[in-house]
Amino acid sequence: MHPHISTFYLASVRVRAAELLPWIVALAAFFLFPDFLSLGARILIYILLVLSLDLVIGYAGIVTLGHAAFFGIGAYTAGILSAHFGIKDPLLQLAAAGTVACLVGFGTGLYVLRTSGLTLIMLTLAISALCLEVANKATSWTGGADGLSGVTIAPILGYFRFDLWGKTAYLYSLAVLFVVWWLVRTLLNSPFGASLAGIRDNRTRMEGIGALVNRRLVQVYSISAGIAGLAGALLTQTNQFVGLNALGFELSGEILVMLVLGGVGRLYGAFIGTAAYLIAQDQLAKKFPEDWYLGVGILLVGVTMFARGGLLGALDSLTARLRRALKL
Amino acid sequence: MLLSEIVSVLFHGAAYGTILYVISVGLSVTMGLMGFANLAHGVFAMAGGYTLTTLMGWYGVPFPLALLAAFVGTAVIGLILERLLYSRLYDAGELVQVLLCIGLIFIAVALARIGFGAQAQRVALPGYLQGQVSILGRDFIAYRVFIIIFSALLITALWIVIERTRWGAIVRAAVDNGRMAQSIGINTAMVFTLTFMLGSGLAGLGGALGVDLLSVQPTYPFEYLIYFLIVVALGGLGTVRGPFFAALLIGIGDTACKYWVPEFGSFFVFLAVTVILGLRPKGLFGTRA
Repeated sequence: MHPHISTFYLASVRVRAAELLPWIVALAAFFLFPDFLSLGARILIYILLVLSLDLVIGYAGIVTLGHAAFFGIGAYTAGILSAHFGIKDPLLQLAAAGTVACLVGFGTGLYVLRTSGLTLIMLTLAISALCLEVANKATSWTGGADGLSGVTIAPILGYFRFDLWGKTAYLYSLAVLFVVWWLVRTLLNSPFGASLAGIRDNRTRMEGIGALVNRRLVQVYSISAGIAGLAGALLTQTNQFVGLNALGFELSGEILVMLVLGGVGRLYGAFIGTAAYLIAQDQLAKKFPEDWYLGVGILLVGVTMFARGGLLGALDSLTARLRRALKL
Repeated sequence: MLLSEIVSVLFHGAAYGTILYVISVGLSVTMGLMGFANLAHGVFAMAGGYTLTTLMGWYGVPFPLALLAAFVGTAVIGLILERLLYSRLYDAGELVQVLLCIGLIFIAVALARIGFGAQAQRVALPGYLQGQVSILGRDFIAYRVFIIIFSALLITALWIVIERTRWGAIVRAAVDNGRMAQSIGINTAMVFTLTFMLGSGLAGLGGALGVDLLSVQPTYPFEYLIYFLIVVALGGLGTVRGPFFAALLIGIGDTACKYWVPEFGSFFVFLAVTVILGLRPKGLFGTRA
């Protein structure tokens, strides 16, 4: 998939007009679709999660099947803080969830990233299965298969209450996503981002020119885990509930689908793919749950066979073709 | 009392382990041959399970014939998928291969749910495999004894084929050095296809044999994937022996944990796998990463 990744989207540090589009759409949606704000918040949260996945897969070239573990760890951290320790301030929970997930990412990253290829995939899978089993069996802390309920969240900054219509949840998630997007974008435009791309495209050569390959990978893995943890905390806060499926292999697979649908290694692939997937799911999955999964599976097989760049990749080749046609 | 508990754990663990082995051995060989992480391998096992339950439950096909049909049917599915999809992605990156597999899993789960509903399939075993068998004064579940004996015969046959026949030598050569094998005139593409077919067939047979151990339901490929992968990862790629010991270890270990410390579930098995894989990326019995 890597040869298809273009640096087009990161060509300049200055924000181009097109990059403002997602934010304009998100704000417009807030006013245009007041009945769909809880779906909207869900989309924003998953965009955050998929963005963190893109950082590891698309930019660092680490193929992981256990990314949902960090999402779940963040979700349970926020939930447990509220249900067992009475810490109900959302920003405090958010910070704690991000920190815990980041630390777990750092610890497992040190361990896992010494390997590569198949072993790496297996290890990420094994660690996420381990986390799932802990959450499943430590029922007094996590509620086990019944999920963790009794999560209450205080108003944000003591003022903005989480309302029934999801207005607060939507704007809050949007704000967090915006801040993280800005940080990630800055990070990717830095020499750090360039060294990541170097490692992804030619690891041996990067080692040859003296780059600290393993250290870079552990760093990006920890950062990505932290972001996934933030997304998990947001989900807990907007749902006031945590379930085991926040940790499962199925979620790891699903977010991979969203990322690939949008386009890997493109930063905005996470936005487009996630929104398209979740909106389609909301419209179709309830009416035809089986057909939905069948469709997703067929789509995925089709993407691997014919359209490895995802939606943004298709857009790229379309514009390239148009340009050539106009010049001729 | 403890002795009888140990015997019981070893017995059930051995039955579980041999089933895991029959399902996973094909995965080990194809991964060693093609370097392709076929995460959708559980789909074949599930297909075998559904073939057996459908043929026996709906059409009254006798058990031995249904087993045979599960083997042949999944081998054919394997052949078709390998030619149509897998073979195009041998040179693609890991991510693409993983995506194809996840796509196949989604399709299989959906098809199973559409065709058979969400609940687990049950099947009435033939009379001669029901009840208990008395061995050395102890009673054992007859069907599990059958599983162990049948699998042992199957494994012996498989090892003889791989170690003693010309075709086995060709497969081993292709695993050890694919390019060299190709350059001395071995049709490696054909070897890939045949091995994939055989591996899928064995997975289907294992899934059919294990209907009362690994419950046949739509989420099968997700639920047991980790076990199949663990067996292969610990056993080492491209071998038929390594996964056998790994499968027994996992089968007995998992059974022991669930028997003596049920409050921890599979925690210790996953922990052990994480530690072992981190320390020995080539697996416990493997020689190649």
